[in-house]
Amino acid sequence: MPSDRAPLSLKIAAGAGLLFLHLPILLIFVYAFTTEDKSYQWPPPGLTLKWFAVTWNRPDVWAALRLSLQVAAISTAVALVLGTLCAAAVSRAHFFGRETVSLLVILPIALPGVVTGIALRSVFHIAEIPFSFWTIVLGHATFCVVVVYNNAVARFRRTSGSLIEASMDLGADSFQTLRHVLLPNIATALLAGGMLAFALSFDEVIVTTFTAGQQQTLPIWMLEELVRPRQRPVTNVVAMVVVLVTLLPILGAYYLTRGTDAVAGQGK
Amino acid sequence: MMRAFSDTLWRRPRLTIALLLAPPLIWLGVVYLGALAALLAQSFFSIDHFTGQVNRDLTLATYAELLRASNLDIILRTVTMAALVTLASAVIAFPIAWYAARHARGRWKALFYLGVMMPLWSSYLVKVYSWKLILAREGILTWGAEKLHLAWALNGWLALPVVGGNSLSVSATGTFVVFVYVWLPYMILPVQAALERVPPSMLEASGDLGAKPFQTLRHVLLPLAMPGVVAGSIFTFSLTLGDYIIPGIIGSSRRFIGQAVYEQQGVAGNTPLAAAFAMVPILIMAAYLWAAKKQGAFNAL
Repeated sequence: MPSDRAPLSLKIAAGAGLLFLHLPILLIFVYAFTTEDKSYQWPPPGLTLKWFAVTWNRPDVWAALRLSLQVAAISTAVALVLGTLCAAAVSRAHFFGRETVSLLVILPIALPGVVTGIALRSVFHIAEIPFSFWTIVLGHATFCVVVVYNNAVARFRRTSGSLIEASMDLGADSFQTLRHVLLPNIATALLAGGMLAFALSFDEVIVTTFTAGQQQTLPIWMLEELVRPRQRPVTNVVAMVVVLVTLLPILGAYYLTRGTDAVAGQGK
Repeated sequence: MMRAFSDTLWRRPRLTIALLLAPPLIWLGVVYLGALAALLAQSFFSIDHFTGQVNRDLTLATYAELLRASNLDIILRTVTMAALVTLASAVIAFPIAWYAARHARGRWKALFYLGVMMPLWSSYLVKVYSWKLILAREGILTWGAEKLHLAWALNGWLALPVVGGNSLSVSATGTFVVFVYVWLPYMILPVQAALERVPPSMLEASGDLGAKPFQTLRHVLLPLAMPGVVAGSIFTFSLTLGDYIIPGIIGSSRRFIGQAVYEQQGVAGNTPLAAAFAMVPILIMAAYLWAAKKQGAFNAL
């Protein structure tokens, strides 16, 4: 069919758009090896591996990484429970206020992060809750719910209700049906949603600046380095490692939801 | 006992739904809506400029402060930036979404999908940082401009009053480019979703009825893609309105709403004014979401 062949101008525009999306990230990889440590000079005057060793020996980087991983793990766990429950309810039936529930779930990411951040902070202030690990988790879990919800609700919609009825007709009770029919059906969607929630939490900086107090997650550490650079090459290396680490859950989530119409991660 | 409970769940679907919904609604309702309510309340408080204490009598004085010329400037600048970023994202996103939706098949389709998802999910700060490298005076862009003998164009642009600056990384142009870069994937995905729903036969019909390719694009394709563009613009608009990190790292000293919120509640200690500032994007987005809903944009999400 002639209409299926793309015009050259479309090819160029689409290709240029994709390049625009990817070249800046690739540039980070080059800068991680540069010998220049005072400016952002291009082209790099020389290449070296020594900044990897320097970064490896920085305790502040490790501490920030550890905190980020802990926060992401717990926020993801909370989001998995809340998001799945919500998706199960919304996809099961038409009930009064159904639209409101989906809106409520989307709200934490539909509103600007600075709003979510300052809102949480003013609650902590009014309720006199001191900043801690748990205040960070509270904020992260709130906006991670939507990612799990999106993935789960798409899968629930395609899981036919007759499957559940058949299980019940064959004598299984609700819990057996949940365990042996429903969970295997939605497991990959949950795993994908969980991975994306993890990536989202691992990367979050705007809300975290309002809920973290003195603690440094990895993004907060990077933000400090961006505002007041101390050792630029270390920032370069950390940036490269962060790109590589966040790639894994995204690729994982993609392969888990591939071939289904669940669009993983839509509406981050 | 469990069996009886299970039977109850099956017989009373409403109870099941209530039980399913209770934990997420308690979390989101109490934590999140509670927080928003606290924010709203704060915006009606005011600050005593002598003592620096927050005065808890309800007043509209803080909102009146928003109307001061300098604050109004911040709001206008942010909204203009958000509108420009949304427009530019839509223009750049359309060909990518169109190619991915209509022409990419099999392996290419997967490649396009990952090609959009990977930048979307890459670290936000790393993306901003990469532009600091690119836009720096000694960076790759200046180098490229010199190699292509275009340095005069770059310098000419930087000499312009509002959009220019000492280097691109401290200019409004830089802020704009980074905003477009960071939010572009949020525009591509919904536009692509909308375009994938356009039946090819409709485009063929348009051609059969004598429309030139451009006319088909203008009168058939664009109207059908609009819900996707509106859905994408919710993200690009909202994210630009509230961001305070990008203009802080790459941009001139002229402030945006997000920065004003951050400074007022932090350094200045004027939480009521910060809260009032934060209400601006909320109100704009509420109006925007309401209009988008009328357009049916949520189906394209």
